Formats: sequence, structure tokens, C-alpha cells
Amino acid sequence: MTDQKEMEEASHHVVSPVIYIVVGSALLVLTGVTVWASFQEWGNFNAVAALAIACFKAVIVVLFFMHVKYSSKLTKLTVFCGLFTFMALIGMTLMDYFSRAWGRW
Amino acid sequence: MSDSTAVAHGAPEHGHEAHPAYLRHHFENVEQQADAAGFAMWLFLLTEVMFFGGMFTAYLIYRNWYYPAFVEASHQLNVVWGTLNTAVLISSSFTMAMGVWCAEVRKQAGLVLCLVLTFILGLAFLGIKTVEYKEKIEKHHVPGFHYSLQSFTHPESDPEIYKEYHDKPLALDMARHTEVYFSLYFAMTGMHALHMIIGIAILGFMIFRARAGAYTNGHVTFVENFGLYWHFVDIIWIFLFPLLYLISRHQ
Repeated sequence: MTDQKEMEEASHHVVSPVIYIVVGSALLVLTGVTVWASFQEWGNFNAVAALAIACFKAVIVVLFFMHVKYSSKLTKLTVFCGLFTFMALIGMTLMDYFSRAWGRW
Repeated sequence: MSDSTAVAHGAPEHGHEAHPAYLRHHFENVEQQADAAGFAMWLFLLTEVMFFGGMFTAYLIYRNWYYPAFVEASHQLNVVWGTLNTAVLISSSFTMAMGVWCAEVRKQAGLVLCLVLTFILGLAFLGIKTVEYKEKIEKHHVPGFHYSLQSFTHPESDPEIYKEYHDKPLALDMARHTEVYFSLYFAMTGMHALHMIIGIAILGFMIFRARAGAYTNGHVTFVENFGLYWHFVDIIWIFLFPLLYLISRHQ
């Protein structure tokens, strides 16, 4: 039994509940912040602020709740490459659509 | 429980070093096995990112094209319900993360409690979503033959929304594009809800297994990878909430 435990502890980083509590609270506070921000009159910046807060929330979920900060290099690389490809796909598609009629309005 | 006894009896029969019963023979060690499972789970989640990403992209493109229709249609969503649901889902992500911790430190009662709380919060989310869907059905805002443009061509006919936003009437051709907004709204929140339903079903199975001591014997892969799935579903909502509910409140 002790052997087994040692094997696991060597291979597995246990994330402390304190971190979960801090991250969970931060997510709830940021939800409040994003709702508050939506009531402000910032013009186009409203959407930018909402998406920036959403991205920040997603990043802390990925890093701490999903343990990527404590994971192997393989996992980190996989997640980064996947999200990079996703951003490239979505970014280039949107650039195309948003620039087609450029200067013609 | 039966797993740990299998270790004691099984080891000599193998004729090699003792290892936990849950270590498959095609892996070198527990670490490699856990890494492989985690890697595979992330690959699956990335396919999910692409799947939802297509809908997010469609949403952004149509929002850009039919901007006035999307703004007025999104005024139909209730920010209070949306915020409450976000809080419920974030709390369920937190209880799930705590569940993973309980499994890792072998606290069976804690794990069962966390899984049950996650299960209940998941159901609460779906309950609130049902209230919102019901309202859309009653107002004929579900795309299809019974779709009604009344709230958009004659905003004052919808006093609850009108007193908050004072929307100007849309021309018929633009008002028709609110149906595109609601198609995407139902597609995105519907697929998200389907993921929640699948997750809740798996949670039910896990509660049953956790009560029998399944995940507190050192083999936490299943709980951990389910946690990844549940947090992923949370992240999708973290983006759906501002895009559908918040960013068009003022225009």
C-alpha cells in the first residue's frame, strides 16, 4: 500500500483546495465585474471588456481547475497548439468576412 | 475495494514487480498511463473546442452582418437569469474541482458529497435554462413556422423589454434576421445543455461508483478526466454568457 502511494505521489501533483477556493471566488467576482461592465456606456469597448474578462476567466479555469499549470510539457504543448490553431482558424475567417467590403461603406 | 485486494493477490502471479491492479500492462508505469489518458482527453476536448468554435464564428459573422437585429433580439434575454446561471455553473465547476481533490487524497465521503453537489448544481443550471426556453416558446421566439416578429417590428407590444431598452422598431427585412439570432441562440445553448445532460448522466454513474469506493483507491483518472470535461463545459458557458446576454445591452 505504501509503495502504491509513493508511486502516485511521485507522478501526480495534487492541487491544494486553497487554490480552488481562490480561483472559484475569482471566477464569481469576475462574473459580477462583467455584468457590471455591461451596464456601463463604453461603446465598442463594452464588447472588448466582456470578451477580455471571459478570456481571463477561461485561462484561470484551464490553468488551475484543469491543472494545466501542473501538467506535463506534453499536455501544455497540446493545449497551446490546439488553442493556437483554433485562434488562427477563427481569426482568419473573421478577418476575411469583416474586410470584404472594406472602404465600400 | 476489490481492486486493492487484487493487487495483493495478483502481484505474485504476474511474476514481476508488484504494481497497482489498475496499471494496464501496455504502460510502463502509472505516470505514463495517467499522462496518456490526460493527453487523449485533451485531444477530445480540442475537437469539442473546434465544434463549438464553428458556432461561435457563425454567431460573430451574423452579428456583424445583421447587427441591429442581433442587438434587439439579444435584449430578449434576461440578464438576471443569465448571471444566476453563470454563478451556478462556476460553483459546480468548483465543487467538481474539490471532488477531484477528494479523490486524490482518498476522502470517499468528501468525493461523494462533491459529486452530489455538482450533480445538483448541474440540474439547477438546466432548470433555469428551462425557465428561459419556456419564455421563448411562449413569445414565439423559437425559429420555425410559429416564429413571431411582433417584439421587433412593434417593440412597444412587448412592454417588459420595451421599458428597459426603448428599442426602435426594426424594418421587416431586418426584423426577420432576429430569427437567425434565435437559431444560433438555441443551437449554442442547446448543444451546451446537451453536454450538461451527458455530464450529469455520467455524474450519476460516478456517484454510484464512488459510493462503492471506486475512485478513492489511488486510481483517479476517470474522475480527473471527467473534471476536465465539466470544466470545459463551464468555459463554453463563460463565453456564451457575455456574447449572448451582455455585449448588446446598450446599442
